[in-house]
Amino acid sequence: MATTADHFEAHDAHDDSGHADHDHDHKPGFFARWFMSTNHKDIGTLYLIFAIFAGIIGGAFSGMMRLELAQPGIQYLGTFARWFGEANPSFDQTLHMWNVLITAHGLIMVFFMVMPAMIGGFGNWFVPLMIGAPDMAFPRMNNISFWLTVAGFCSLITSAFMPGGTGLGAAAGWTVYAPLSTSGSPGPATDFAIFSLHLAGAGSIMGAINFITTIFNMRAPGMTLHKMPLFVWSELVTAFLLLLALPVLAAAITMLITDRNFGTTFFDQAGGGDPVLYQHLFWFFGHPEVYIMILPGFGMISQIVSTFSKKPVFGYLGMAYAMVAIGVVGFVVWAHHMYTTGLSVNTKMYFTAATMVIAVPTGIKIFSWIATMWGGSISFKSPMVWAMGMIFLFTVGGVTGVVLANGGIDDVLHDTYYVVAHFHYVLSMGAVFSLFAGFYYWFPKMSGRMHSEFLAHVHFWLFFVGVNIIFFPQHFLGLQGMPRRYPDYALAYSHWNQVSSEIGYSIMGIGMIVFFLNIGWALAAGKKALGNYWGEGATTLEWTLSSPPPFHQFETLPVIDDKAHH
Amino acid sequence: MSALVIRTDIARRNRRVGLAAVLFALAMLGLGYASSPLYRLFCQATGFAGTTRRASVAEASAVSATDRLVKIRFDANIERGMPWQFRPEQTSDTIPMGGRRMAIFLARNFSAKPVTGRASFNVEPEQAGRYFNKVQCFCFTEQTLAPGQEVRMPVVYFVDPKMLDDPDARDIDEITLSYTFHPIADGPIADDRAKALDRAGSGG
Repeated sequence: MATTADHFEAHDAHDDSGHADHDHDHKPGFFARWFMSTNHKDIGTLYLIFAIFAGIIGGAFSGMMRLELAQPGIQYLGTFARWFGEANPSFDQTLHMWNVLITAHGLIMVFFMVMPAMIGGFGNWFVPLMIGAPDMAFPRMNNISFWLTVAGFCSLITSAFMPGGTGLGAAAGWTVYAPLSTSGSPGPATDFAIFSLHLAGAGSIMGAINFITTIFNMRAPGMTLHKMPLFVWSELVTAFLLLLALPVLAAAITMLITDRNFGTTFFDQAGGGDPVLYQHLFWFFGHPEVYIMILPGFGMISQIVSTFSKKPVFGYLGMAYAMVAIGVVGFVVWAHHMYTTGLSVNTKMYFTAATMVIAVPTGIKIFSWIATMWGGSISFKSPMVWAMGMIFLFTVGGVTGVVLANGGIDDVLHDTYYVVAHFHYVLSMGAVFSLFAGFYYWFPKMSGRMHSEFLAHVHFWLFFVGVNIIFFPQHFLGLQGMPRRYPDYALAYSHWNQVSSEIGYSIMGIGMIVFFLNIGWALAAGKKALGNYWGEGATTLEWTLSSPPPFHQFETLPVIDDKAHH
Repeated sequence: MSALVIRTDIARRNRRVGLAAVLFALAMLGLGYASSPLYRLFCQATGFAGTTRRASVAEASAVSATDRLVKIRFDANIERGMPWQFRPEQTSDTIPMGGRRMAIFLARNFSAKPVTGRASFNVEPEQAGRYFNKVQCFCFTEQTLAPGQEVRMPVVYFVDPKMLDDPDARDIDEITLSYTFHPIADGPIADDRAKALDRAGSGG
């Protein structure tokens, strides 16, 4: 990154003296500020609070699943079904509860935890700050995006209490495959769940339009595309992926709704439709979606590794265009999720090769992060340890991804716990570790209070050990043939399931308690944060502002000079 | 330039970029819907996923029989709850590639009401789909059976010898032709199937 804080100090001083006091006087009242917000920082905060809240619910669902899987047989599902209002659940309704849990866990974590945190939360907060813009391009649309996401979440939660065929709740999986989601799931629950995707999708599309416009038009003078911090690049690529992928999901799930309720047969063989078409449409969205979830994380990791190595990112342009390449290639590999639907050998060969090509730009990123650290003056602050954990664990998930990319191997491993282990390594470790890295990196900037570095490190080690004990044994289970999406399993699988549930999940859970203690401690007793509390290595524009930044920043646009002139 | 001029200029450019992004999103939405007919056209054009070809009598006459034999197996299914019996008269037939042949399927309505059905079809292995030609088939139209009525339904087909030139398909010496009958309009079926029937009736 060619931008450095040195160049902005003069502007910053001007900004603070000129506007800070004035701005503080003009914060709107509580209701207007938080419910009718048009301020990118406030909306970012709302998104982060929402994502943490949704993450608690989605995480609780995963805890319920690990509890049930701790031993073979069905132990707790009946109790869970009673919690959701099934007075006297039959055995089938008990099993239906399992499908409700996996569906809700997937949808919540993807659409209401990772996406709002990565894009709505950190994106809203730091894209305008990093490009020197006063706010997002369309502040009111920004507000609509957030509340649509909240409405979507409410619709999803409502679905859990609605009749869904066999029992209460939507149970068609996060992929909502037809015909399970059409003729297989009568009752309003599945309609509510699908509608929640419409709402969240509409919110995300508007968010994407906002980011694209902001990044193209609102950059401070001199902030050329090739000088933008990599986090902004990552949000730009993500916004394009959202813009191209989400409307296809919207079309597919609208066809599901009409198939369910209005007599169309898009996905019904009896009327000339084809259920496999739904899978093509879903994964045309679904594969870019996994890059939507990880690219902003890549961006954050780049900022953090550079900051704590006190070096600019190695191969800046390569890093930026690697993300563009991942985005582009991500659109032409979707059928690797569908190897077992009867694709021809040639089709499988193409999708295998294309999928493996993605390892190239991803490798460029991994090795460039390592090269950034190489010879750097590294300080092991909490964001840095989370970032290094992310790089290591994402690589593990990437390696199993290359294994699964092979059409022939996937025939064996499809829908086993190997796949579950793979996508949790890239998401629940790749994406979530980058979220925590970003959180500790920017939390004092956002709140004005320093967190405890000690607790952040304790959180890291507990979480790191915990998630690895949860998910690493799932590779073994998958290779031994344990299928995913079942609440019960053969006795032979019980050992690693017990390790995963009882040891792994418990350690991870204690780690999360430390996280919340740390937030509470910081807000109650944390030291006041300086403008640039990470010091020398933190060179992007947000570090030129106070912590928290003034309610309105950059009313006079900062001017970014070309480093070459100095 | 005054600050105000810059601001309105940015607002104008924002609207332009925002509008372009909205158009992008709408185009992708349209593409999502267009995928349904496009997918059907694609399958028909390429024989993708075992979609068979339809040939006219003239086209069939232009193809001459070879001495390479291929075994055709017949498979007949009905949708769950449909009150029909449906089976092939013979389970397999060995024919010369390129030669036209007729297969007979038997269907009987064992309910007390007339039932209309339509058959969906497929061949395995899927690579053979583009070479499997039907000249005449009961699956081209809807079939209505009176209560207790039994009918013999013909399929006239041939396997295009061009299959021998296709490196992916020339090893195939056995092809399965499969039909599934789906009920259309109202028949004496269980309540939980009624919705599916309505759907089938109004669908394409």
